[in-house]
Amino acid sequence: MRNAWIVCRRELGSYFTSPVAWLLVTMYSLIFGYFFWVYLGHFVLQSMELQMMGEMAPTNINEEIIRPLLANASFIGIFFIPLISMRLFAEEKRNGTIELLTTSPIRDMEVIVGKWFAATILYCWLIFYSGISFCFLFIYGHPDWKPLAVAYVGIVLQGAALLALGTFISTLTRNQIIAGAGTFAACLLLWVFSWVSSFNPAGWAQVLAYLSIITHFESFGRGVLSSKDCIYYASVIFVGLFFTARSLESMRWRS
Amino acid sequence: MITVHDLTKKYARTTAVDHISFSVSKGQIVGFLGPNGAGKTTTMRMLTCFFPPSAGEATVAGFDVLTQPLEARRHIGYLPETPPLYLEMETADYLRFVGQLKGLSGAELNRRVDYVCDRCAVGEVKTKLLGKLSKGYRQRVGLAQAIIHNPDVLILDEPTAGLDPRQIIETRELIRSLAGEHTIVLSTHILPEVEQTCEQVIIINKGKLVATDSVQNLQARFRGVESVLIDIAARTGAFSVPAIQERLEKVTGVGRVTCRDQQANSAVFEIESDRGRLVRGDLARLVVESGWDLNELRPAAMSLEEIYLQLTSAESAAPPAAAAPEANA
Repeated sequence: MRNAWIVCRRELGSYFTSPVAWLLVTMYSLIFGYFFWVYLGHFVLQSMELQMMGEMAPTNINEEIIRPLLANASFIGIFFIPLISMRLFAEEKRNGTIELLTTSPIRDMEVIVGKWFAATILYCWLIFYSGISFCFLFIYGHPDWKPLAVAYVGIVLQGAALLALGTFISTLTRNQIIAGAGTFAACLLLWVFSWVSSFNPAGWAQVLAYLSIITHFESFGRGVLSSKDCIYYASVIFVGLFFTARSLESMRWRS
Repeated sequence: MITVHDLTKKYARTTAVDHISFSVSKGQIVGFLGPNGAGKTTTMRMLTCFFPPSAGEATVAGFDVLTQPLEARRHIGYLPETPPLYLEMETADYLRFVGQLKGLSGAELNRRVDYVCDRCAVGEVKTKLLGKLSKGYRQRVGLAQAIIHNPDVLILDEPTAGLDPRQIIETRELIRSLAGEHTIVLSTHILPEVEQTCEQVIIINKGKLVATDSVQNLQARFRGVESVLIDIAARTGAFSVPAIQERLEKVTGVGRVTCRDQQANSAVFEIESDRGRLVRGDLARLVVESGWDLNELRPAAMSLEEIYLQLTSAESAAPPAAAAPEANA
């Protein structure tokens, strides 16, 4: 795994020496900051109205702000994941540097894991900036931190799973835009698969709904760390990386 | 160091490399020659384990490229046609990264990075971004990354392509200087390059091996006869070209004599003689005894270019690769 770490470090280096990482984090903070501001404003207005009506029932920050915001954070992630993963292999193929990696004494899987892990770290770094907004809630209020932590685990797992798919799609082409568009389509479809089960009770619709990313995020959002959903994400990661390895191998046999 | 036996690579419809066999011994520089699309890069990619062969086998430093690719790769330094550079990295960082990929670490890694920077003359651009380097520097960084782990075998795919004449000369010198420590296979479609840098030539065309031999043997083989150029001058007296020509033709072993160049009182003749007959001494004696000046006497080698064109243009006339050297030896 030393080799995977070497690849990962180089990958992170290239994210951060180019403007890519900084641009992504700026955009992510901007979008998430806007969401936070809207939810907070709404919450403040609502609690003032409730007070004026004489209701003294305390409003719940976790339920009113944190939960919907985290659901949004996971959704915003879908737009950023293709931007992170699209270059992983497509760029190497275009620049010819893939020849360096595939002729070095290093296993394909080490390259793949290194790259995927670097992408996941960058994603975590984006997510970290959403945490800054939540700090204000802790300064001025007393929200429960445990569901928040669980939800972050969910967001990271979901990101890691989608990034594994993105890594796979990136090996299919030498064009970054195609890789990005393909990944975005895959992410969005996985997101909306759950809608099928709402009008169709058939077995295949249930399977489709199970495959949907969003049905597995729900419990994390509620602060429930369920093994079923962890296994789902782990298996998506495994399948994604497995297909990446097969795709690289087939590239060797084809090209 | 490298043995290749019946190596074949088939793409969907075409056969890029068709049953080629050759071997390279330790410390040699071998030129891999052929027109564009002959299968040079494909062969090199199979040797470097970039992709596996469709049939046949190849071993590098004793390791089979198909069954022991990781071990084989450890002994290979490879410079692809376009140097595999990460343009957003600095030269030294890049070389460190490649060194780590090849299994170096710690003090050894630092030592090797300094050494290859020095060797390939890229020391002054150590902290520059690779994307900002000129083509010549990029090529040298490419060479530096190929030798960073001190591999037994160096495989260079068109190392001088796209360089200016001075850079080409520098790169060739660099490659020649590496020959002692490494076994080098370099591909090119530029003939003088092979004549100047290589000891051994492998010529392929349309995926088939056309010839494999040393540069001198190849040249001799296509002569059939040996020919020398002789430059004769007369200080005094009459200088008649036909008369001299007639005298030269009488020397035993001399076949055809042709006048190549004629000045007021000097002339250059090309003299063809049967192979293996030592006519040069007789020629020299004749010239001196006749009272002429012998300005120059040298073998007229056939340029590799002519051989190459003969080999690669007339497929049917091409001699069978393996049998030919013995037949003419």
